[in-house]
Amino acid sequence: MDWDKFKVHGEPLIYGAMASIVLATIGIIVGLTYFKKWGYLWREWLTTVDHKRIGIMYILAALLMLFRGGVDAIMMKLQTAAPDMKFLDAQHYNEVFTTHGLIMILFMAMPFIIGLMNVIVPLQIGARDVAFPRLNAVSFWLFFFGAMLLNISFVIGGSPDAGWSAYFPLASLEFSPTVGNNYYSLALQISGIGTLITGVNFIVTILKMRAPGMKLMKMPMFTWSVLITNVIIVFAFPVLTVALALMMFDRLFGSQFFTMANGGMDMLWANLFWVWGHPEVYIVVLPAFGIYSEIIATFSKKNLYGYTSMVFSMLIISLLSFLVWAHHFYTMGQGAMVNSFFSITTMAIAVPTGVKIFNWLFTLRKGRISFTTPMLYSLAFIPIFTIGGVTGVMLAMASADYQYHNTMFLVAHFHYVLIPGAVFAVIAGFHYWFPKVFGFRLNERLGKHAFWWIVISFNVSFFPLFLLGLMGMTRRQYTYSAETGFGPLSMVSFVGAIGLVVGFVILVYNIYWSTRYEPRDTDGDPWDARTLEWATKSPIPAYNFAVVPNVKTRDAYWSAKQDKVPLFEDKITKIHMPSNTGKPFILGVIFFIAGFSLVFSLWIPAILSGVGILIVMAAMSFDRDHGFYIPAEEVIATEKKLRGETV
Amino acid sequence: MNKKGPLYALFLSLILLLPGCSSIAVLNPKGPAARTLSDTIILSIVVMLGVLAVVYILYVFVLLKYRAKKSNEGYIPPHEEGNKWLEAIWITIPIIIVAFLSVVTVKTTVDVENVAADYKDQKPLVIYASSSNWKWHFSYPEEGIETVNYVNIPVHRAVEFRLYSFGTISSLWIPQLGGQKYAMSDMLTTLHLSADTVGSYVGRNANFNGKGFAHMEFEALAMTDADYQEWVKDVKETAGPLSEEEFKNLLEMEHVGRKTYTNTHLSFSPPPGDHGDHMGTNGTEKDTDNGNTEHQDNKEIHPSPAPSSETEFDSVPNPELDDESATHEGH
Repeated sequence: MDWDKFKVHGEPLIYGAMASIVLATIGIIVGLTYFKKWGYLWREWLTTVDHKRIGIMYILAALLMLFRGGVDAIMMKLQTAAPDMKFLDAQHYNEVFTTHGLIMILFMAMPFIIGLMNVIVPLQIGARDVAFPRLNAVSFWLFFFGAMLLNISFVIGGSPDAGWSAYFPLASLEFSPTVGNNYYSLALQISGIGTLITGVNFIVTILKMRAPGMKLMKMPMFTWSVLITNVIIVFAFPVLTVALALMMFDRLFGSQFFTMANGGMDMLWANLFWVWGHPEVYIVVLPAFGIYSEIIATFSKKNLYGYTSMVFSMLIISLLSFLVWAHHFYTMGQGAMVNSFFSITTMAIAVPTGVKIFNWLFTLRKGRISFTTPMLYSLAFIPIFTIGGVTGVMLAMASADYQYHNTMFLVAHFHYVLIPGAVFAVIAGFHYWFPKVFGFRLNERLGKHAFWWIVISFNVSFFPLFLLGLMGMTRRQYTYSAETGFGPLSMVSFVGAIGLVVGFVILVYNIYWSTRYEPRDTDGDPWDARTLEWATKSPIPAYNFAVVPNVKTRDAYWSAKQDKVPLFEDKITKIHMPSNTGKPFILGVIFFIAGFSLVFSLWIPAILSGVGILIVMAAMSFDRDHGFYIPAEEVIATEKKLRGETV
Repeated sequence: MNKKGPLYALFLSLILLLPGCSSIAVLNPKGPAARTLSDTIILSIVVMLGVLAVVYILYVFVLLKYRAKKSNEGYIPPHEEGNKWLEAIWITIPIIIVAFLSVVTVKTTVDVENVAADYKDQKPLVIYASSSNWKWHFSYPEEGIETVNYVNIPVHRAVEFRLYSFGTISSLWIPQLGGQKYAMSDMLTTLHLSADTVGSYVGRNANFNGKGFAHMEFEALAMTDADYQEWVKDVKETAGPLSEEEFKNLLEMEHVGRKTYTNTHLSFSPPPGDHGDHMGTNGTEKDTDNGNTEHQDNKEIHPSPAPSSETEFDSVPNPELDDESATHEGH
């Protein structure tokens, strides 16, 4: 056994990271033991199948990953803040920008969105849980352990260093001989399987478990966006699964799919990657559109303008998202005809997206707009995302892209799309739905402080990159000389990044402050909102709704409040609930061990854990636990307690 | 809305910076291809500023007029389903804009993919540009000379770069002369550039390819035809030949300075086929044979990123992979 390959050498930063990981782990273990919380953790969280708790765990994991990805971002910005900086060396910088991309997209934005959809969608459609609660737990634990596998790469063996797009032959064993890209193929594979299961789960949930009367065209817009997103997941993720499997064969078993020798095709990887990778962007952006639709309608005190065209525009975007992948490599020399086709399909996406922007603007029109924290993020989204959108059209023009490709202009563009289009959305959704889940609001004053820091610093940090790109600065270059003239604008960008850090620190402090001091709200509808999730109490009882609502209109809860349309007409009866299970967690652990063993080509543990996976899956398949019933009396008692009455 | 203050300031500065700011390489073209692209970019910026203006005006208007304030307390917003005429407008106008930009895109893409109109009647100067590790090799088959990490071209002359790589995908980009194109190991791509002003331009690899990427720059020097002929003559008199042995050593190196030779590597290391060959459209036995030998040929002299050679890994997977990978990951 050669222990040397597990080591990462020579960087004080890495030793620091190792020390902090070890300390944090010891801290958690000691804390849990001291407060005797092991049993609580296992019973209430690790084995839970409750969609709300799974959603909360997704969001917690996403916040942790936001921290990790943010630290990566700051290190990159510091390294490029001035010419010839000596903060990171090339190898370390390459690892940092690779993991920044992977973590922010796959382990921050997507799980944050999946977390919100977990918490909210069953409530919005008046369901008691998702269609397959245990599979839902499997999804979460596969995502979680996939994320952990990628994160330990930094201190054990080295991180992937070929960019988040991992183009071959650079990512092949010949040019990336460390285990970094083995981590890439396995960590993404494990969490990707989790995402694929989520896709199936939510399609079934939304199609089959809506409350009586909620026709498809009466669903809240967030639920619509989630439905379409999950259809995209089910079509796009198998491509990633296959591509990653081929990558793993290339790197671990000597196959030659993407390598230079024996007829391997490097651009085949690029094609497969972007056939998944472009729809992936819409997987994080479409639910964001849904979140904004809910928030803008709520705080304009109006129904969403152009509901039907909103739905159709998302359907068209989802279709087009599969027809544009080649715009990521216009410059591979496939000729003017192919490039023209992909230019036109790409620009076509601007049309449905524009429809949505105007529909939001017309929702605001004639409304009565209140500027709460979630609304501020939603309002900031419109002008900033529009810049991202119009620069997207500019990039879509194949000829012009020959000058933007691989430059900072591109980096600026996709941050202008993804930060307002995904990050602002999840923050907005987080503030908006926080009181639903926890029973109190986040402090508005602190929330607004964080907002201004984040929104202004974002522009300071990323707008200069448009200019740097046009000046000829390519992405992913770890240093540059003073003669290039990239120095001043890069420094501005770094200053903006510091401002973003301040904003996020305030945001996190706000969670702490509000948990301690913010007044509790017992009503369950602090924003005077419109959709079904606000019709239940906060905190939400395990069964969500004591009585399944009868939906007659689009904004069901709004009609119930305004027009006194009765929502809950049936009597309370016993409620069937799924039982908790530890198997998904165990499955995740074994997947983690299998992945780790494969990364280091430790065949015996890999085979053993492969067998272990099959055993746990078999055990889950033959599980005869059909759940349990909450008796009607207990439901009535819980409801009374939630209303503040004494039992 | 004070949050849009900085935004507007930034936009204003962009507009002010656009015309004639010489530090913005892409908008300071020195050749017909780059000029076409620069014009396209400026046109698209103008159109997009128009789109932004519409959205921003509407945005500011609704936010100012319909914000919650004392005077509209008790106002109950109406229920609006939508309006098919309004929605038709904001579907139709974007379609028109996209159609217009599509026409521009197709036309300019065809333009820059071919020899520039002014030089259509010339026979282009062919230069093979290949990358290995983090350096560029420029082979001039007509002149029979080869350079490393710099390229000299005559002005007012169509130049046809034929790009390929001895390893990772790289992208040859000289922003002031034109757009970029990938150089790959298994196919040849073509990039048409010309310069119409004498001068020295920064060229670089734009596609990330490992730890030496940031320093993978070269100088593109556009000179008068007389100077160019003089230079070629000079090279033939003063530089030495490039042997196969020396070329192999050169490929292995990570970075080198400038080098000049009196013959090209193309004779002993032919470039890969172009797209058509690669796709095997002809499908004849001869073609595939050729393709394969070319692959093998390249393979022979493919460089490794690290001093230790890993070529044995590409052919046979070793049954004792554990030990094998241990030695690889050890260094």
